[in-house]
Amino acid sequence: MAQTTLSTDYLATLDQLAARLPALTELRTAARAAFHDAGLPTVELEDWRFTNIAARLLRLEFVAPTADAAAQSDAVETFSLGGLASSRQLVFIDGAYRSDLSAAENLPAGVTLTGLADALGSQPELVTSLLGKYAPFENAPEAAFVALNTAGFTDGAFLHVPNGVVVEGPIHLLYLTTGAATTAVHPRTLIALGEHAQASVIESYAGPDGAAYLTNAVSEIVLGPAAVLDHYRLQREGNQALFVHTQHIHQDRASAFSTHTLSIGSAMTRNDVYATLAGEGIDCVLDGLYMPTGKQHVDNHTTINHAAPHCRSFEIYKGILDDQSRGGFNGKIFVQPDAQKTDAKQTNQTLLLSDDAQLDTKPQLEIFADDVRCTHGATIGQLDQNHLFYLRARGIGPTLARQMLIHAFAAEALERMKLEPLRTYLDDILFAHRPKELFVELSEPVSLDLATP
Amino acid sequence: MLEIKNLHASVAGTEILRGINLTVLPGEVHAIMGPNGSGKSTLAGVLAGKSDYEITEGSVTFNGMNLLDMEPEERAREGVFLAFQYPVEIPGVNNMYFLKAAVNAIRKHRGEEELDAVDFLQLVKEKMKLVEMDQGLLNRPVNTGFSGGEKKRNEIFHMAVLDPKLAILDETDSGLDIDALRVVAGGVNALRSPERATIVVTHYQRLLNYIVPDIVHVLVDGRIVRSGPKELALELEANGYAPAATLQSTRS
Repeated sequence: MAQTTLSTDYLATLDQLAARLPALTELRTAARAAFHDAGLPTVELEDWRFTNIAARLLRLEFVAPTADAAAQSDAVETFSLGGLASSRQLVFIDGAYRSDLSAAENLPAGVTLTGLADALGSQPELVTSLLGKYAPFENAPEAAFVALNTAGFTDGAFLHVPNGVVVEGPIHLLYLTTGAATTAVHPRTLIALGEHAQASVIESYAGPDGAAYLTNAVSEIVLGPAAVLDHYRLQREGNQALFVHTQHIHQDRASAFSTHTLSIGSAMTRNDVYATLAGEGIDCVLDGLYMPTGKQHVDNHTTINHAAPHCRSFEIYKGILDDQSRGGFNGKIFVQPDAQKTDAKQTNQTLLLSDDAQLDTKPQLEIFADDVRCTHGATIGQLDQNHLFYLRARGIGPTLARQMLIHAFAAEALERMKLEPLRTYLDDILFAHRPKELFVELSEPVSLDLATP
Repeated sequence: MLEIKNLHASVAGTEILRGINLTVLPGEVHAIMGPNGSGKSTLAGVLAGKSDYEITEGSVTFNGMNLLDMEPEERAREGVFLAFQYPVEIPGVNNMYFLKAAVNAIRKHRGEEELDAVDFLQLVKEKMKLVEMDQGLLNRPVNTGFSGGEKKRNEIFHMAVLDPKLAILDETDSGLDIDALRVVAGGVNALRSPERATIVVTHYQRLLNYIVPDIVHVLVDGRIVRSGPKELALELEANGYAPAATLQSTRS
């Protein structure tokens, strides 16, 4: 089996990148070592059984961020969610913050919303006290992509909302990859909300069709006591892209976090969400919708760690799989001995639109407390012929009838979205006709010289 | 309007309809009665285009067209309406959104202009009154969480909005209490017209006290064994289906 190895060139590149953010040298050296020791995860690892990314990714390179703003403004326009967050939209090109393409207006006093490299310059103590503290990479190779991101990011987004401050209206973090030949970009997001702070954040990731590139994103989210974060991530990478996103959420008591993970593009997607419920009375919602077509591959892993009593977690992941696509869902819930009165509900439902589509689903509950309510359910089915007939018997044609039923199936995964304008926007793009041909022919594995140092 | 000739249909190799002959003219209301398993619902399903059935013999002509060659949506657009015995719950599909799509698919087929939201709402408000439909049900997902009576009202409400030429009511009375039955029957009666034909499929005579048929047919074992005026229903109610079935077996 093809396996990724690293050339010394690559390590030299990582060293050069590390030099760009000297405040983080110690962290990045450790990450570089962890990645170097472990290499990329292979299918021999239980958590990577369904996603053979190592076979598709043989060598990694970096590109220098482009300075060609004009060429990117079209892409920014295309992916800016119909302008619903135009006054607070941070744009990143190949991982680098571009203030010239961004807007961060009308923010309450004390709120920081800027590029990570800039923030390291202006508030180094605050940033270094948080960065890397919540996204561990020591357990490589499982966490190899976190190690790689930590060693390789050059920039990213930083949002800090101080105690008691409420940011009204959504903030959009738009990560665009230009897709120059065989590139790997490592977007990094750090969001910290103080006590009683509130915000709404959309992370979106996009790139062009026809380019084989890797987006390896890591987001760290830290919520103080009673903080509220309404969070979304929308993945619209190009048809040949590999997309890996690891998200770590650390919640303090009485905080509320909800995220919706929406996977539309990329040839191969791997999403990992880790939520740690570290204080009492926390609410955590992890919802997701994935609709692979052609030969797309989407693998969602979630881990919720109930570490304190009286917390609630809710999770609905819905997959709509067409053609020869492949989906994976792995939902882990840990209930620690102290976490009495935990209320955890996990649902994974899959609609198979084709006989050739395939889904692997695996709920995994490990409960060490005795007074808890934990439920999980997984269903896999096809469109209900009785439903189709009912709609058709009222005069509705088969194409529209199918669309209505698919939409209806997906609706539950979107109904907890609080941001109504985003939901309306998504309704349009999620169910717009996507030419499946786009996702049928995959590029050859990203393969360059890996054997020679 | 509708002409069924020697119709044979099977489900999974078992013959259910064994030579149905039936002619329905515009303005007529026909009742089809029969015991459980006689093929009543199969007949309704075959006419609406349900794909579970295999037609092995015979023909169905609707306004000169070969109905059996048409897709379910084509039949609906030409004016065939089936009120389902068991209306399905479709979570996530809004009743109004669905009905507007249906109305406009039919209008488009008829060469009429599609209704906009305002005109559609006007139509809906007018038709809701026919079945005393609760406005709250309109914006719910289709039939989801509806009581049995609400589902049947919703069926007749659909019928009123879609304005079919041939309405087939498949055991619309089943599971209805007497008040709901009156309301549903009232809706059907209000929709009677010289242009519209109605086939009422039922197990019990009671519905026919409210929707008075022109002709009653007795379906036993996949065949129509007797046809007669509305009084036939009362006779069946008094004597059961057994004498009719016997009549059938002596005939054959």
